[in-house]
Amino acid sequence: MMLNRYALVQRNEVSLKSIMLVPLVTFILALLGSMVLFGFLGAPPLGGLYRLLIDPLSSAYNISEVVIKAAPLILIAQGLAIGFRAKVWNIGAEGQLIIGAVAASVIPITYPESQNVLMLPAMILTGMIAGAAWAGIAAMLKTRFNASEIIVTLMLNQIAMQILYFLINGPLKDPMGFSYPQSVSFPPVAMYPLLSGDGMLRANASIFVVILLSIAALIYVTRTFSGYTLLVGGLAPSAASYAGFSAQKAVWITLLIGGAAAGLAGVGEIAGPIGRLQPTLSPGYGFAAIIVAFLGGLHPVGILLAGTFMAIVYVGADGAIIDAGLPPAAPVIFQGMVLVFYLASFALVHYRIVRIQPEARA
Amino acid sequence: MTDTIIFVLAGAFATATPLLLAAIGEVVVEKTGVMNLSVEGMMAFAAAMAFAVTYQTGNIVLGFGLVVGASVALSLIFSILVLGFSANQIISGLAVGILGLGLSGLAGRNFENLTMMAPANLLLPVLSDLPVVGPILFRQNVVTYFAFAAAFLTWWFFARTRHGRITKVVGEEPAVAHNLGFAVIRIRLFAIIFGAVMSGLGGAYASTILTPGWSDGLIAGRGWIAFALVVFGTWRPLRIAFGAYLFGALLLGDLAVQATGFSVPPQIMTSLPYIMTIVVLAAVSRNALLIRLNAPVSLGQNFRPSK
Repeated sequence: MMLNRYALVQRNEVSLKSIMLVPLVTFILALLGSMVLFGFLGAPPLGGLYRLLIDPLSSAYNISEVVIKAAPLILIAQGLAIGFRAKVWNIGAEGQLIIGAVAASVIPITYPESQNVLMLPAMILTGMIAGAAWAGIAAMLKTRFNASEIIVTLMLNQIAMQILYFLINGPLKDPMGFSYPQSVSFPPVAMYPLLSGDGMLRANASIFVVILLSIAALIYVTRTFSGYTLLVGGLAPSAASYAGFSAQKAVWITLLIGGAAAGLAGVGEIAGPIGRLQPTLSPGYGFAAIIVAFLGGLHPVGILLAGTFMAIVYVGADGAIIDAGLPPAAPVIFQGMVLVFYLASFALVHYRIVRIQPEARA
Repeated sequence: MTDTIIFVLAGAFATATPLLLAAIGEVVVEKTGVMNLSVEGMMAFAAAMAFAVTYQTGNIVLGFGLVVGASVALSLIFSILVLGFSANQIISGLAVGILGLGLSGLAGRNFENLTMMAPANLLLPVLSDLPVVGPILFRQNVVTYFAFAAAFLTWWFFARTRHGRITKVVGEEPAVAHNLGFAVIRIRLFAIIFGAVMSGLGGAYASTILTPGWSDGLIAGRGWIAFALVVFGTWRPLRIAFGAYLFGALLLGDLAVQATGFSVPPQIMTSLPYIMTIVVLAAVSRNALLIRLNAPVSLGQNFRPSK
C-alpha cells in the first residue's frame, strides 16, 4: 500500500525561521481554503476575503470591535497555553468563562444602584476565583481519581451552561424584565471604562488587562522556574519528576491558571460589551481560544498575534453574515480549517517526508 | 406507574442507540491506539445532513447512505493529520470536531427547527405482543437492534477472532505489530473510518428516528458522553452497551420524573447525564489497575514505522 512507502523523519534542526513559517503557511492555506468555501457558498471569493480580513480594519468602529473580540480570545489562550505546554488538556474554558461571569454578576445584580468604584475590581476577583474553582474540580478529579481532565472539563462546560440557564430564569433574572431571561443592566461602576470619551466605540479598558497579563505570561514561561518545569513536565515527565516537580502540582497549577483566565474573560464580557447577564455570553471563545493558543505556537507573543487574527475573522464574518448572507456557521468552519492547516504545516516544518526504498524496509 | 416503567425501560433502548453506536465506533479506534476526539462534531454533522437529505427526499436510506460517505470523508482529514503527519491526536480530533460542528450548521441552515414524522418501529411478530417484555424489547427501531448487535459483534471480534487479536496488538505494542509484519497505519486507518461511520450513524439516528428534527445543538454533548462511555466500559464492548443503556435511561429521566408529578427544574434534569458522566468516570478511573489492564498501552501515541 502506498502509505507504507513514505515515512516522516524528524528534522534534526528546526530553525526559528521555519517555526515562523508555520503560521504563515497556515494563513495562506486558510486564505485559499476560505476562498474555496466562499465559492462553494455562492459568494465572490475575493470579495468575501476582503470582507473577512480587510473590512474589520477599515473603520475605527470595526477596529474597536476587533479589540473587543481579541481580548477574551487572547486572555483565555494565554491561560490554556500554559496547560497545553505541560500536556494538561483543559477543554473547558467555555464553562469556566460562564461560571466566572455568573459569579461576578451576582455583585452588580445585588447592588444595581451602587456607586462604589471597588465594584469592578471585586467582580474581577470573584470571576477569576470562580473560574479557577470550576477548573479546580477537574484538577481535583484528575489528581485524586485519575479522571481524564478532557472529559471532565467538557462535561463541566455543559453543566455550566445549565447553571447559567437556571439562574437567569430564576434568582438572577430581572424581575421587571417580562419574560426575557436576562438580569438587570449593570451600574456604571460595574463596567470597564470605555476607551473613547464620546461613547461611540465599544472597546474598553479590559484590553489593557489582557496586555498586562500577556506580559506576565511571557515572564512566567520564560523567566521563572515554575513555568520552565511545567514545560519540561510536558516534554519529559521523568526529568521533571526527577527535578522534584510533581505532575500533580502541574495539573493543579495549569488548570487553576486556565480557569482564572477564562473566568476573567467572562467578567470582561458582562462588564464590557454585554453589560448584564444573559443566556449567551460567548460565541464559543473558549473553543476558539484553543485554536488561538496553538496558532500562536503556545507562545505569549504568538498568542497576541493569533488572537488578533482570530478576532479580525470574527468581526469580518459577523459583517459578512449580515450583508453577504454568509451562513452563521462559516466562522466555525473557518476555525476548524485553520487548526487542520496548522497541524499539517507544523508537521511539514518539523518532519521531512522521505520515500522508503523497498530494500531498506526489509 | 407500570406504564411509566415500561416507557422508560423501552425508551432507554432508543435513547441509548446514538450513544452506543458512537461509543462502539470509538472503542474500536482506541483499541488500535488512536484517540479520536471528533465524535461530537461528527455526530452533529451527520445529524444535520441526515435530516436535511431525508426531509428533502423522503428517503431515509439515502440520508443514512450519504451520511456514511460524508463521515468517511471527514475522518480521512483526521487520518491524514494523525497517521500521515503524526500530529497530536487530541488537537487533531478537536480540529476535525470543530470542522464537523461548523459543517453541521452549514448542512442544517435551511432546516433549522423543522421536524418530520418518525418512521414506524419494527414490530417483531408474536414477540412484540408479549406482555411487558414485548413493548420493552421487541418494538424497537431496526437501528437500535443494529447498535446492540454491533456491540456484541465487536466483543466477538476482539475476543474470538484472529483479526481482532491483531488489532489489539496494534493498540498495545505497535512496534511489535509492525515487526511481525502487520500494517499498523493501515489497521489504524480502517479503525478510524469504522469509528467515523458509527458516530455518523449515531448522529443520523438522533435526527431522523429518535427525535426527527433539526436544530443547532441537537447532539448536545452526546458525542462527549459516548467518548466517556468507552472509559466507563473500560474498553469492553458489552460493558459499554450496558453503560449506554444506563445513560439512555438517564436521558429519559426528565420525562419520567415529570410523569411522576415531581417538579424539578429542567436544567437540573438536563445536567444529570453530564454530572453522572463525571461521577462514573471518577469512580472507574480511581481503580488505576483496572484502567492499566484494559486501556490500550499506546493510546494517544502516534507510530512512525521508519523509526
